[in-house]
Amino acid sequence: MNILNLFRRHSTFPHGGIHPLEHKEETVGLPIRRLPFASRLVVPLSQHKGAPAKALVKVGEEVVRGEPIAEADGHVSVPMHSPATGRVAAIDLWPTAEGPKAPAIIVEPYDGASQQVLYEDPVDVLNLAPGEIVQRVKDAGLVGLGGAAFPSHVKMLPPAGKEIHTVIVNGCECEPYLTCDHRVMLEHTDALLKGILIAMRATGAGRALIGIEDNKMDAVLAIAQKLAKDDVIEVKAVEAKYPQGAEKMLIESLLDEQIPEGGLPVDLGLAVYNVGTLAQMGGLLPSGRGLIERVVTVSGAGVERPGNYLVPIGTPVGFLLHEAGVDAEANRVILGGPMMGMTVASLDVPITKGVSGIVVSAAGDPHQSERKVYPCIKCSRCVEACPMRLNPSMMAQLAQKREYERMDSEFHLNQCFECGCCAYVCPSNIPLTQYFRIAKAINRERPAMAS
Amino acid sequence: MDKPIEIRTAPHLKRPQSVEQIMRNVVYALIPVALFAVWQFGISALALIVTTTLVAMLTERFFSALAGRGNTLTDWSVVITGMLLALTLPPGFPLWMAAVAAFIGVALGKALFGGLGFNVMNPALVGRAFVQAAFPVAITTWTPAFGPGRFTEFIPSTLAMPFMKPESVIPWIEALNIDGFTGATPLAMQKFQQISTSSTDLLFGNVVGSTGEASALLILLGGLYLTFRRMLDWRIPVGVFLGAALVAAPLWLMDGAQYPSPIFVFLSGGLMLGAWFMASDMVASPVTPLGALIYGALIGVLTVVIRLFGGLPEGVMYAILLANAASPLIAAWTQPRVYGETKRQEGGA
Repeated sequence: MNILNLFRRHSTFPHGGIHPLEHKEETVGLPIRRLPFASRLVVPLSQHKGAPAKALVKVGEEVVRGEPIAEADGHVSVPMHSPATGRVAAIDLWPTAEGPKAPAIIVEPYDGASQQVLYEDPVDVLNLAPGEIVQRVKDAGLVGLGGAAFPSHVKMLPPAGKEIHTVIVNGCECEPYLTCDHRVMLEHTDALLKGILIAMRATGAGRALIGIEDNKMDAVLAIAQKLAKDDVIEVKAVEAKYPQGAEKMLIESLLDEQIPEGGLPVDLGLAVYNVGTLAQMGGLLPSGRGLIERVVTVSGAGVERPGNYLVPIGTPVGFLLHEAGVDAEANRVILGGPMMGMTVASLDVPITKGVSGIVVSAAGDPHQSERKVYPCIKCSRCVEACPMRLNPSMMAQLAQKREYERMDSEFHLNQCFECGCCAYVCPSNIPLTQYFRIAKAINRERPAMAS
Repeated sequence: MDKPIEIRTAPHLKRPQSVEQIMRNVVYALIPVALFAVWQFGISALALIVTTTLVAMLTERFFSALAGRGNTLTDWSVVITGMLLALTLPPGFPLWMAAVAAFIGVALGKALFGGLGFNVMNPALVGRAFVQAAFPVAITTWTPAFGPGRFTEFIPSTLAMPFMKPESVIPWIEALNIDGFTGATPLAMQKFQQISTSSTDLLFGNVVGSTGEASALLILLGGLYLTFRRMLDWRIPVGVFLGAALVAAPLWLMDGAQYPSPIFVFLSGGLMLGAWFMASDMVASPVTPLGALIYGALIGVLTVVIRLFGGLPEGVMYAILLANAASPLIAAWTQPRVYGETKRQEGGA
């Protein structure tokens, strides 16, 4: 740790958190590079929270890069756009990162299809009425690009009786290895600021607060330089500590407020957006385009040419790894960061809107070694590490006894957002996060099973 | 990619500090204390430490095999139990009684509850409490430190035959002809004769007492090592000393002739060893941060109360055992307020 850090402590959430090795140096200095089209792009109809989109195209139809190929089905849903000019080869079930196969539109780009977006509808966004902006955000197919993939427009409409006064901009990127948000903040600063203004206009917020971990001071500086004195947008450095990028943690770090249990940021008058989402918003909305590509960090010991790639949505993971060069010993492919991401079972799984990174780990990585699971020795490390101040040790004991309901009623199981800090620190190697994931799933299904 | 891809659940990273590593480091921290005990009391102390450690390990192995838990010796926790037990016994304690203590401690104090992680109380102290009740004379028979010939000759009581009363050590001690040896520990001298022992003697272990509790300094160093490696919760020893001072300081200020100074309280008897190595047993202490502090303070308060107002000169063992028993309750009372929790509903929901 740099000794200087002692003198410039930035605000942070008060309890818990961990400092795993960052591994960001491998990719942080590499500018975003564009990836060519794969021979087949797979656009799942459900890449977001909420109802899957409904296909608008038929097999064999010709599509143009940027053209809507599926429409939103209801309020909590977003449309999909064709990532390339080509032909719809199939609409079929396809493997997803979560496991089960799900319907997807498969587009085969024409040989020599250009990167130029042909489908546009330019407009002066900031002069539109808030309602129109919200509609355009939805039409652009924007979802939370930080990983949650929650439709962005839904968060712009506060429920009756509530108002949004501040837009919180999440530039923490606390997961190890990932640097895509960092690169976006450096390379697309103007689009980001434009996106923030659009989000403020749509939500009616009078103020925006950008929170960035203090291991990205260059990004803080790049943004601060573009802000006026007394700007409605403010940028603040927060301590680099995992899981700073969790919205509950970031809100506590920036404003010293907590979202009430079971509540949402809007209960505090806040709307939280990831920097990647807002940069896309600022880039896409003025030209009326849809979300067809995103920046993905490819890193890890198993990758030969790590970097930040601008990837068309629907690119199979295997194609991206082939382009980045992958080690023969590689055997685990994590979508997202290594703390919360999931391993894929098939390299045919496509890159979707919520995928921020691919971390490839190779056999021989010390993190892969099989670890003996000891009984809980009540060392209290998990209690100290939990940013939500839960008691993972007690909950794990209940989980072993299958008392899943008590975990929730007495120990606030549903406040756990599976950040993985407890399992990371556990010297007994107990799979705590996995216990809680299972317990939550069983509690969710219990009412359904009873009826 | 030639290898088949593997599926795992998040988190995919792990801090590389395991139970085995923590326990092994506690053993490392105890080694200087044990070595000093051998230097002080000679081969009798060595035999005592080896006996309790070996018997504790054999007992653990036997019961883990019986319970089908595999070889649990590899987690090192039973080595700590064995070493700690020896360090709390008088140096001339008969080896067969020490073996009984080690067996009872591991069998009743640990294996019966389900092994590592499930014991309610500190196993070493369970063993010691048993022999304290069973052999009250042997466990209060003290022999002088730094006796000549301590590396060649056993203290006579050490080699007592099993189930036989150990022979008296008084003629042997008289034959050693050590000036001023009264057979009383600093605690007993303080309690019954109001004779205080100097802090330097206590700090460097130049006193009579149990095998491993003599040198407060080495214990402190071992404890600090574990604290800095984050293998020991500092709140527990801090709580113990705060709790002890809370009772001892006002009494000493009121009547310095009758009551010992807080410094004496800290350095004498088993408080140092108990606070750093036994109270801090993770398994039997509360998991909540505030709970750890309260639990420590309870031990400190109880120790001084037993020492000053109870029938025994020393109270650390019972204080820790009582606090161990109270620890689940303390943990339940000191649940941290969960993030975003607005109000606690009645009925603990």
